[in-house]
Formats: sequence, C-alpha cells, structure tokens
Amino acid sequence: MSEATTDAKIRLDRLNVHFGANHAVKEVTMAMASNSVTAIIGPSGCGKSTVLRSINRMHDLTPGARVNGSVLLDGEDIYRKECDPVTMRRRVGMVFQKPNPFPAMSIYDNVIAGYRLNGRGRRSEMDALVEQCLQRVSLWDEVKERLHVNAMQLSGGQQQRLCIARTIAVMPEVILMDEPCSALDPISTLKVEELIDELKEKYTIVIVTHNMQQAARVSDTTAFFYLGELIEMGDTKKIFTNPEKRQTEDYITGRFG
Amino acid sequence: MPRPSHAERPVIFLPPRWNIKRGLNGDFLFKGVTVLFAISILGILLLMAVSMYRQSLPSIHTSGWSFIPGKEWDPVGGTFGALPYIYGSLVSSLLSLALATPLSIATALFITEVANRRVGGMIAALVELLAAIPSVIYGLWGVLVMAPWLQRTVEPFLNDHLGFLPFFSGPPYGVSMLAAVLILMIMIVPIITSITKEVLLAIPDSQREAAVALGATRWEMIRMAVLPYGRSGILGAVILGLGRAIGETMAVTMVIGNTPKISLSLLDPAYTMPSVIANEFAEASSDLHAAALMEIGLLLLVVTLIINSLARLLLWGVNRPTGGQA
Amino acid sequence: MISYRLRRKLLNLLMTLGMLTATLLVLTPLGLIFFHILKMGFSSINLDFFTQIPKPPGEAGGGMANGIVGSGLLIATASLIGLPLGIFGAVYLSEYGSSRFSSLIRFSADVLSGIPSIITGMVVYGLLVVPMKGFSALAGALALALIMLPIVLRTTEEQLKMVPMTLREASLALGVPLWRTTLKVTLKSALKGIITGVLLAVARVAGETAPLLFTALGNMFWSHKLNEPIAALPLQIFNFAISPYDDWHRLAWGGALVLVTLMFTLSLLARWFGRTR
Repeated sequence: MSEATTDAKIRLDRLNVHFGANHAVKEVTMAMASNSVTAIIGPSGCGKSTVLRSINRMHDLTPGARVNGSVLLDGEDIYRKECDPVTMRRRVGMVFQKPNPFPAMSIYDNVIAGYRLNGRGRRSEMDALVEQCLQRVSLWDEVKERLHVNAMQLSGGQQQRLCIARTIAVMPEVILMDEPCSALDPISTLKVEELIDELKEKYTIVIVTHNMQQAARVSDTTAFFYLGELIEMGDTKKIFTNPEKRQTEDYITGRFG
Repeated sequence: MPRPSHAERPVIFLPPRWNIKRGLNGDFLFKGVTVLFAISILGILLLMAVSMYRQSLPSIHTSGWSFIPGKEWDPVGGTFGALPYIYGSLVSSLLSLALATPLSIATALFITEVANRRVGGMIAALVELLAAIPSVIYGLWGVLVMAPWLQRTVEPFLNDHLGFLPFFSGPPYGVSMLAAVLILMIMIVPIITSITKEVLLAIPDSQREAAVALGATRWEMIRMAVLPYGRSGILGAVILGLGRAIGETMAVTMVIGNTPKISLSLLDPAYTMPSVIANEFAEASSDLHAAALMEIGLLLLVVTLIINSLARLLLWGVNRPTGGQA
Repeated sequence: MISYRLRRKLLNLLMTLGMLTATLLVLTPLGLIFFHILKMGFSSINLDFFTQIPKPPGEAGGGMANGIVGSGLLIATASLIGLPLGIFGAVYLSEYGSSRFSSLIRFSADVLSGIPSIITGMVVYGLLVVPMKGFSALAGALALALIMLPIVLRTTEEQLKMVPMTLREASLALGVPLWRTTLKVTLKSALKGIITGVLLAVARVAGETAPLLFTALGNMFWSHKLNEPIAALPLQIFNFAISPYDDWHRLAWGGALVLVTLMFTLSLLARWFGRTR
C-alpha cells in the first residue's frame, strides 16, 4: 500500500498549499486505492482538511489560496490547464463537516439538485433516482411520506445523510468527507459509519476525522498528518497497533494532540 | 482604566448605606432620562401620524372619498382630487424599481460572487458614495444635464422608432416622466445594491461549497444556493428601494415637469405626491388647499409606513437563521 | 452530453458578463455626475463665492456665503437637539432595555428613518411654524434633528453592544454606580464608533433639502437668528437650479461642489474614525 500501487484512484504528488504567507500543506505525496476508505487523521490545524479540499479544487473559492504540485485522478492532473473543475467535481463529490442542505428546497429537490444541472431527466427517472439514493443512505423509510417538505425539518443526522444522498445522486467516483460526523450524535454517527462501509463497494472514499476510533472502525488505510506534513501512511491496523514513527505513536496513544 | 477607578476609590470607603443610596438615585435618574429619550422615538412616530391626520381633517371632511379618484386639482375653485399625483408616484416609482432591481442584484452579485475582494470592496465603496450624494444634487444634474440630453437625443429617437406606442408619443420636453424614472433608478440602485450585498455576505460559505462540490458553475451556484438563500432579504432590499422611490422629493420635483395630467406617454411631464407638496405647500392659497396637501402627505406617510415595516420585517427575518447557523 | 456542458459554460459566461455590464452601468452615472460637478463647479468657485450673498438674477458674480453659514447653523442646532436624544436613547436600548420594548423602539427607529423627509418637514410646520407664526431656523433645525435621530440611535447602539461586558463589570466591581460606569467607561470606550455614526448622520442631513422647504424656508440675505427664515446651501442649490438664469445655474454648480466636498470629507473622516477603533 504505497506510491508503487498502480491502481491508485487518486495520487497526490508533492502537493503544497499556501494561504497567503501560511504554508499549510508541505510536500505531500500519497496515493488512495480504488474502492477503499482512506482516513486522514492528525491534530487540529495539521492541514488534513486542506489536503482533502485540494482533491476537488475547493481552494479555488478561497481568496489567497495557492496550490502547487499535482493531484492525479485516474492518472490525470486535475490542476492542469485544460481540466475543467466543474466537470471534475462531478467525479469527486464532497460531504462537509456541518450538514448543509439547501434550505429553500424540499428533500426531493435537495437530492436531485446536482443531477438537474445536467438537464432535466424524465420525471419517473428522477423519482427512481431519488428513491435509490435515499435508500442507499437508509433515509428512504424515514422520509418517503414527506419528500416534498422543506429539508430543514430533518434532524441533524438526517440532514447529513441527505447531503450524502445528494452527493451520490451525481454518481461520482470519489467521495471526500470532511469530518462528516463531528456535528452528529452517537446514533447518527453510527449510521453514517455503516453507510461508509457500504459505499466503499462502489466509491473511493477519503475521510478526514479527528476521532481515532472512527478512523480505526471505517478505514482500510490511515494517513497521519502533523504540522502540514504526511508523517506516516499505511494499513489502518498497522498504524493503530504498530506505527513506525514516534510522532504517530504519541498521537495515537494520546500523548499529544 | 486606571484613572476612573482611582477617582472612584473614596466611594468604596464611605458608609455602605450612603453609597447605595447615592448610587440608586443616580441610577434611577439616569435610567429615567434614557427611557424618556428612547420613548421619544415612538412618541415622534405617533405624533407625526396624529399631527398629519388632524391637519388634513378639513380636506377629509370636504372631499371625502372622492379625494383619491378625483382627477381635478383646482386650488382656486376649491376642488381637490389627488389621482394625477397618485398615478405619477406609482408609475415613476414602480418603473424605476423595475429597472433598478435587476441592475442592483446583478451588481451586488458581481461584488460578492465574482470580483475578488479588493475590486469588490472598491466597487462597494463607490456604490456607497453614490448612495451618499444628496438628492438635490441628483436633481441639479438631472435638470441641467440629463433632461436636455433626453430632449435632444433620447426622446426624439424613442418617438421616431416607437412613437406608434402610446408610451412614447408626443413632443420631447426633456423634463418628463421618463426623466423622473431614470433619475429615481439612479438614486435607488445604490440602496438596493448595498443592502443586497449585505444579505449576500451573510450567506454562509457552506451553502456555496455545497453547490460547487456538486459540480455547479458559478452561475449555477448563484441560482442554486445564493439567490434562494437570500431571497427574503433581497425582497426586503427591493421594497426598501420602493419606499425610497415613492418618498423621493427634490430630484423628482426638479425633472418631472410638474404637470398634473394623467398620460400614458413617458415623454409627457407628470407630477408626484411629494412634488406637489414641495411646490405648493409653502404658498398654499387657502386653508383647504393646505389641508388637501396635508392629506396627500398623510397618504404618503401611510404608504411608506406599510412599505418600510414590510421591508424591515423581511430583513430582520434574514439575519436570524444566519446567526443561528454560524 | 458535451453540448449540454458547453451550454452550461456559455450560460455561466453570459451571466458573468451580464453582472459586469450591470456594475459598469451602475457606476456610469457616478462618473458623469462627478465629472459635471467638478467641471462646472470649479469654474464658478472663487473667493466671492464664499464671502458674498447671491446677486439678483441677471447680475454676474455673487456667492453663497449666507447659505453656507446658514447650513452650518442649522446643522449645529440640529445636532444639539438630535445627538443627546439619539445617544442616550441608544444607551437605554443597549444597557437597560427589556428585549420586547427595545425591539419596538428599534423598529420605530428603522421605520422613522424610512419616512420621506418632506413629511418630517410638514409635521414640523404644524408643530412649530404655525404656533410661532412664521418660518424659522429653529423649525428647520428641528426637522433635521428628527432625521438625524434614528441614524444616531441605531449606530450608537451597535457601538455600545460591541463594548465587552467585562469592562463594565470591572468598573461595577470597583463600586462605581451603573450610571457613572455607563458614562465614563461604556460610552467612553465606544466613543470612536459613536463619532463615526454622528459624522455619517451629519453628512446625511447636510444635504437634506425637502424638510427645509416649509421650515427654514430660505433667505436671500444674511440671517443668523433662530426665529427667522434662514438660507441653507441645499435650498439655494434647488432654487437656483430650477431658475431660468445661467448665472444662478453657475452658483448652483458651485454649491453642489461645496456640498459634495463636505460630504466626502465627512465620510472620509467617519471611515478614519471607524478604522482606528
């Protein structure tokens, strides 16, 4: 499980991110395999979210952010000139820290929002897609009676699962998750974790989390970041039982962070 | 704060009862004064309504309901109908609003969603500057620069090419409904733009990110996340602009031509409610004439009160969800 | 699929261009108005403009000195009435007010600031001009004060709310009564912000014309008495602009330049005070 892997879905090559004078991510090189869950862990401010957000060019929106190096998606650099970030982002979906459904839309419209961008499908097609996506995030049974009520009436955990449904409705290949459970209660967290496990059959998942138990539970590979650098990356079991680097061990055993 | 505390130190060593009593008295007085001053705002508002109503009573008794649909305004003969002014106010403010709304929203979007922070800030500062120019200066520019230009070029052009429509018929006067609509548009655009800009800035970035992460282009992000989230605030901004347009006096008085005539043509001069007050009130020919002008003022007051309350309620509603989610 | 992607991109480009065009359209009048004020204003401003009163129509020369002095007097008197009301009303809202009553006051202030200023003029006419049997500077100042009031109230309240609670507590803990704490600590630490608000309010009323029409009325001659009609710069600009005389038009442009310069200076000052908070 290293850079040598040929079937890597995503490969970061000497990635650097600056925010103004702040060098947030330093010379990061790593690869994520297809149909696997990669967890990124580390203390707050270590650059883990910044790395994640560079995988679908979210930094384009941030004034003053500069990204150097390359991010290869199926071997093609998404930062190359000809790459259209809008098209690319349909292949790389993202779920955010706080649930962010569109408050002016119904549950149904939220799920279908991204899909609609590429033209209106037939009504029956869209209905089927909404059901399928809500089924997959196990929200269907809870909301099938009220698909057309405002999405803000759902609880926080339901909203986050709705956001995941909205992401997979676009049929991406990769799903980036930025601490998706940090705003959720334990039961909702469990549901989302189960969902991640199911989703990896079809998608490549990269998840940032500050919760080490969560990383241990859901991921196949774990990467530990500290002060903007990738300290160690490897099989999750190995990282949590027998890490190679002192810093990793200190963090995992709770000596700092 | 070393100095005030030093000055107060003796108070601490005084007998407690004395201290408390003195403090209580001072506090009671001070609070009383501030309460009085705060209530004065409410008092002024009520006073305005009552005073306008009482002073327009003679006209209300004389003209009754025919005041509003009445078309004739004859101070000498004592007949007062306000319809030409109501018509002029409605047409000038609604048309200017229709022109200003898309321009303002587009400009606000350009400031917050398209331009980078420095350029956006510069444009916003210029828009604020535009909002700070006194209306008499807009009027000065309107009557001495814009109206002659309209008379020379725009109005003949409209008349030549669209003269078959009733809206563009008649000779070019320069001072006209068209001039009033344009000057009002220029004046309310900065107001709507700057409030809309504030509304847009209050939208959490997570909404924009959600749309972008779904593969939306910038325009799709605006349509999907930005505009729906800000819609009630933007509506509030537009309604506030309407209130400003209806009440605008000086600039309109200077360019509209002040002719109490109901005409479909934008090239004809017209009259508005604030303008007739501005022109006739100081030299009202009779008590009834003054009362009739007061009644126009009362109508104006009621309409602007309703419009402003509505706008404020909409704008207050905006800030709450944003504050709660942030 | 590809054509759809192209359509989306094209629409995005079109809309972005549309927003840019709208912005340019909005800023064009600003440029035009400033161009004309500078061009016409500078050519009509000289020493006489600031020292002479207007000449009768047809005679070249003359100035707007009485209007400038009159405006200054009106603004000063209006500030004397409006500022204490606004500032101490704001103290009530931020330091004492129960939330319900405060909301009502705040709402009234917002509504009051949206009332057309000509109506304020009519109300003051009934309140002061009729009983005093004549137009007066005092009536003009009262009308301007009523326009200042809601602006000062709202900006002051915002500033007072930004003063940290710990500062007040520190003073109260020293045994300073609440009212002295408010005066010496709370208001003092919010002073710069309050000055910003006051400057903005002054800038706003300095250009007000409509409320002066039936209160201060205007005056072609020198007057500094509060119980007599008084000249004001915006009133003079209005009267001269709608007159048919070129000489008076020239004076109006000069007056516009002075007024805009004043507002510009005030808002720059306000910005400066606002920044070094």
